[in-house]
Amino acid sequence: MYIYDAFDRRLLAERVLEFRDQVSRRLSGELSEEEFKPLRLMNGVYLQLHAYMLRIAIPYGTLSTPQLRKLAEIARKYDRGYGHFTTRQNIQFHWIKLAELPDAMAELASVGMHGMQTSGNNVRNITTDQWAGVAPDEIEDPRIWAELIRQHVTLHPEFSFMPRKFKIAVGASDRDRAALRIHDMALRLHRDAAGGTGFEVMVGGGLGRTPYLAQTIKPFLPKRDALSYVEAVLRTYNQFGRRDNIWKARIKILVHDLGAAAFAKEVEAEWRSIKDGALVLDPAIVADIAGRFRYPDYETLDDSPPGLAATRRNGRVFDAWLSNCVTNHKVPGYAIVTLSLKPEGGTPGDCTAAQMDKLADLADRYSFGEVRVGHEQNLALPHVAQRDLPALWRELDAIGLAQTNVNLISDIISCPGLDYCSLANARSIPIAQEITRRFRDLDRQRNLGRLHINVSGCINACGHHHVGHIGILGVEKNGEEFYQITLGGKADENATLGTLIGPAVPYAQVADVVEDIAAAYLDMRDKPSELFIDTVKRVGIEPFRERVYAAR
Amino acid sequence: MPLVENGQIVQDRYRYVGDEEPIPERVPVIVTAQRFLADTDALIRRDGSLGVLWPNDRRIAELAPWLGHLALVALQFPKFRDGRAYSQARLLRETYRFRGTLRATGDVLRDQFHFLIRAGFDSFEVKKPADAGAFAQAASRYSVVYQPSADGQVPALRRRVQRAAPSES
Amino acid sequence: MTSPLDQKKIKIAGPVVVTANRVDDGAVVYRSPDGGWTTELGGAAIVIDADSARSLAEAAAGDDLHAIGPYIAPVKLLPGGNVRPGNLRELIRRGGPTIELPAPLES
Repeated sequence: MYIYDAFDRRLLAERVLEFRDQVSRRLSGELSEEEFKPLRLMNGVYLQLHAYMLRIAIPYGTLSTPQLRKLAEIARKYDRGYGHFTTRQNIQFHWIKLAELPDAMAELASVGMHGMQTSGNNVRNITTDQWAGVAPDEIEDPRIWAELIRQHVTLHPEFSFMPRKFKIAVGASDRDRAALRIHDMALRLHRDAAGGTGFEVMVGGGLGRTPYLAQTIKPFLPKRDALSYVEAVLRTYNQFGRRDNIWKARIKILVHDLGAAAFAKEVEAEWRSIKDGALVLDPAIVADIAGRFRYPDYETLDDSPPGLAATRRNGRVFDAWLSNCVTNHKVPGYAIVTLSLKPEGGTPGDCTAAQMDKLADLADRYSFGEVRVGHEQNLALPHVAQRDLPALWRELDAIGLAQTNVNLISDIISCPGLDYCSLANARSIPIAQEITRRFRDLDRQRNLGRLHINVSGCINACGHHHVGHIGILGVEKNGEEFYQITLGGKADENATLGTLIGPAVPYAQVADVVEDIAAAYLDMRDKPSELFIDTVKRVGIEPFRERVYAAR
Repeated sequence: MPLVENGQIVQDRYRYVGDEEPIPERVPVIVTAQRFLADTDALIRRDGSLGVLWPNDRRIAELAPWLGHLALVALQFPKFRDGRAYSQARLLRETYRFRGTLRATGDVLRDQFHFLIRAGFDSFEVKKPADAGAFAQAASRYSVVYQPSADGQVPALRRRVQRAAPSES
Repeated sequence: MTSPLDQKKIKIAGPVVVTANRVDDGAVVYRSPDGGWTTELGGAAIVIDADSARSLAEAAAGDDLHAIGPYIAPVKLLPGGNVRPGNLRELIRRGGPTIELPAPLES
């Protein structure tokens, strides 16, 4: 992971001081709420239903164990003993007091963490896939580029008051595990015909009231030009994005209204005037940043060590966990372990302070002190020796982090919804919880196979319901909670928006509807290995619609 | 509304002149974009410093041909959340190399001073008198910047490779 | 929620209160008859016509030193004088999340 240097620490310390001053001027009345609100948003401080919420950035989803322990401390000291991991690789604390925030932020700064630009009309946390740096299929570590861009956009004087928020994701593999196409801008490292590496640049993705998938405006951008091109896109958006209507202010609307080609042309014109200036990324600059990424001192190990196979044969549950939660690593003898934060009846993405502390200990012993956060609201241990898997599994099980449901129907992505969020129209967490109870049987889940359910409590779509295999969107009708169901969404390299299957159903029926959809899939799949999403694609949504609404 | 330049509250040498008013002789004036574009020749031939108040929803490129004749460009922040003038300012300074006075007007508040200075503004019609007094403190909040901008500060990315690291504190 | 002052015409369909969040800790508060704020719904000023609601909301909006984001929220008046929140959102604001918060593991 990236190690802060004196510059990074100094900037963060100065930011904390500035915020402390701003909070004190707010509490004294010198700053009105209208003046203070954008300032607190720039530090990730929201007002929610019951309290302030602090959103802390976890750049490209990478956490060190000192950072994880500090998050546990913050949870205990300033919150209610737990945190919530989000669909953008951030963590949220839902019970923070404004008056205590400067102290909490000073503590976070001591481990290089902050809430800068996790809210507000600026560039938000840069995300990548949580297997960055260890995935066998990536061409290089995208986090280096995410860090270069992160620094560039932090406290950027020109782009701190844009029409709306701006979310950037970086990828480095053909398989898209970072949901690139639903971002305002995405950069995907790939090779050209000559074998050189550069970025495919996509802009204009975003969910919400008018969902769009990002379009490619630059098929191959040389690495040296990454920052200047990002600058040109942001400058174009800052000047021409709509500011008259909050629902039309994202870059996706601008790209759609102008057309991708015209938008690209506008960016190109601006880019030409700056591309050879101060933003050129010399190899020395890139090497300097790359040099501050620490990689583990891997041992030389063989794949499939003896003992592992035996343990699999002797333990059904361990075997299921291995099949579902453990994936190949680019270094022989190692593995990536995904930790499900979706226990039966639990809140998706929540993690207690006690779990965080224990996980930090496990990460120190088994994963070179590093943990990852994924946009699916699960965690990962990225550097586990395969020979350690049985012992690790037992210890994870003891702290409730060995659920075998990764990528299965009960591995649900959900926003906090009306239980916490002031934007929500309906609750989302209890919907997810009930589904996990209905499908608690692991054999049943494994029979259904990979099936992504996404739940959002309002049209802002923080649960990414548009790109769920099954998407669930909470709406309000006459004071009651109703839910629209979509099918067929995908968040990967074949990103697709789901299709509404019919009228919204009431709160009490949502889990029944999901059972009907699951049953319909089992009836219609042409073989057990045909995934749910592929059956939907093959037969269309009509058979599912009929099944769901036959009795309703 | 106090005017701050060079870290101090100063008297405004410039006078804003309405579109229907006659332009006084030999006095620094600021006119609207409309007036400037309607009356360009007369204004630039006039004896006296000339400034233009440019709206935040028109391209700077339209003003670019006459920058050599302008002593001052005033840009607008109708609400401080509307950040279009930051881009206009940088374009003026960095793309068009405008060297005259660049003034921030409108909803100009203390918590944006750092950004305004970095974007190239050097003259500030500060909305709140109390903020004017705090200008120097607000302006020196940050000793590290992450990106190059109109103020010429060397960003951290470059300072590192120049081995100009600050001493550990 | 839309600020009550953004609405040109405030229409109310029953008894309402003005509610907001306290500045220093974000706790849910209700405008009280004495012009202060209380965390107890029972202590809130209740009004039943649009004009009173508007003036209550305007006064509240001017008090952002203590509470932020005030708006008009429905309540139900029960026989016996008890006041209940008038919709699910207000129930949740007063009572907290409808789900159990994660229980910390025994260390």
